[in-house]
Amino acid sequence: MGNISTANNTPRAWLWRGIRDGLPFTLVIVPFAMLFGVVSTEAGLPLLQTMAMTILVIAGAAQFTAVALLVDNAPIAIIILTALAVNLRMALYSASISTHLGALPVWKKALVAYFLVDQSYAAGVAKFEAEPEAPAASKLAYFFGVVTPIAPLWYGFTLVGAVAGSAIPPEYALDFAVPITFIALIAPMLRTLPHVVTAAVSIIAGLAFVWVPYSMGLMVAAALAMAAGALTEIALERRKGAA
Amino acid sequence: MDSMTVWIVIIGMGIGTFLIRFSFLGLMSGRSFPDWAMRLLRYVPVAVMPGLVAPLVVWPAATGGEIDPARMGAAIVALAIGAATRNVLGAIFGGLTTLYLLLWLL
Repeated sequence: MGNISTANNTPRAWLWRGIRDGLPFTLVIVPFAMLFGVVSTEAGLPLLQTMAMTILVIAGAAQFTAVALLVDNAPIAIIILTALAVNLRMALYSASISTHLGALPVWKKALVAYFLVDQSYAAGVAKFEAEPEAPAASKLAYFFGVVTPIAPLWYGFTLVGAVAGSAIPPEYALDFAVPITFIALIAPMLRTLPHVVTAAVSIIAGLAFVWVPYSMGLMVAAALAMAAGALTEIALERRKGAA
Repeated sequence: MDSMTVWIVIIGMGIGTFLIRFSFLGLMSGRSFPDWAMRLLRYVPVAVMPGLVAPLVVWPAATGGEIDPARMGAAIVALAIGAATRNVLGAIFGGLTTLYLLLWLL
């Protein structure tokens, strides 16, 4: 296996493998990017700002959050903090991927950081854990391979959505595309009891504190929900330990 | 919302999101979060997004804050499909189909 795997370990080979593994994600990226373009335009953002957000942030869920709060006229600090709270999971991605790519030069790590989205992280970490001994240069090539079909389509189809979006009449109820998209993103995460408890507390507290000014109710709800999730996890571990 | 507000939000989000993504990768050292922080961070998306969405579902702005069976039904279908199949796109299409079907029927 030694010779063959050495031959296959060229960065070039890993780049192509990355591109191949990134292709299926385009099925998710294209409609999601279009939807953001539509929703952002419907919310009143001009094309330049819609594109600036999609290129500078490349994080769909946070972008939808920011647009929803902008429409709500929430204060700037609250909008930024809430959007960043949605992206906080990426600190975990950063920690995890650093065990594979941490030795690279800073400028390469900065590029990886910019492109560290849900899909590139998921594909990258799966590959790196399957072949931990591969050289860092090959792992980097793989990562950029995964990103190659994803990022340009994300930018391009946001543009398509933004241009097409202004032509869509209100009877299509696109106001509700954002809630539906969020629900669709969250639902698959409800895979353990603590996640379900977290979501339930978040919904109840989110509704109960909706009167709190400056959208601070959401921060309260999120803090309560995170604590509820962590405490449920601890309680389950204790019970398992006791049994 | 004025243009300057939107620009500040875009730039603030852009810098903040990059710093979050760069954080551990940039520092390297292979250190991990303390256990209690890992425990809380795991639940961040599930803690933030449902609370954000719930008021939009229950009191939609498009109906002037009145409870709307079509939007409520669409939300429930999207949740059910997403939880059952783990398929994000399927849940989006299922939810939107339900929304249009109910808006047309009711």
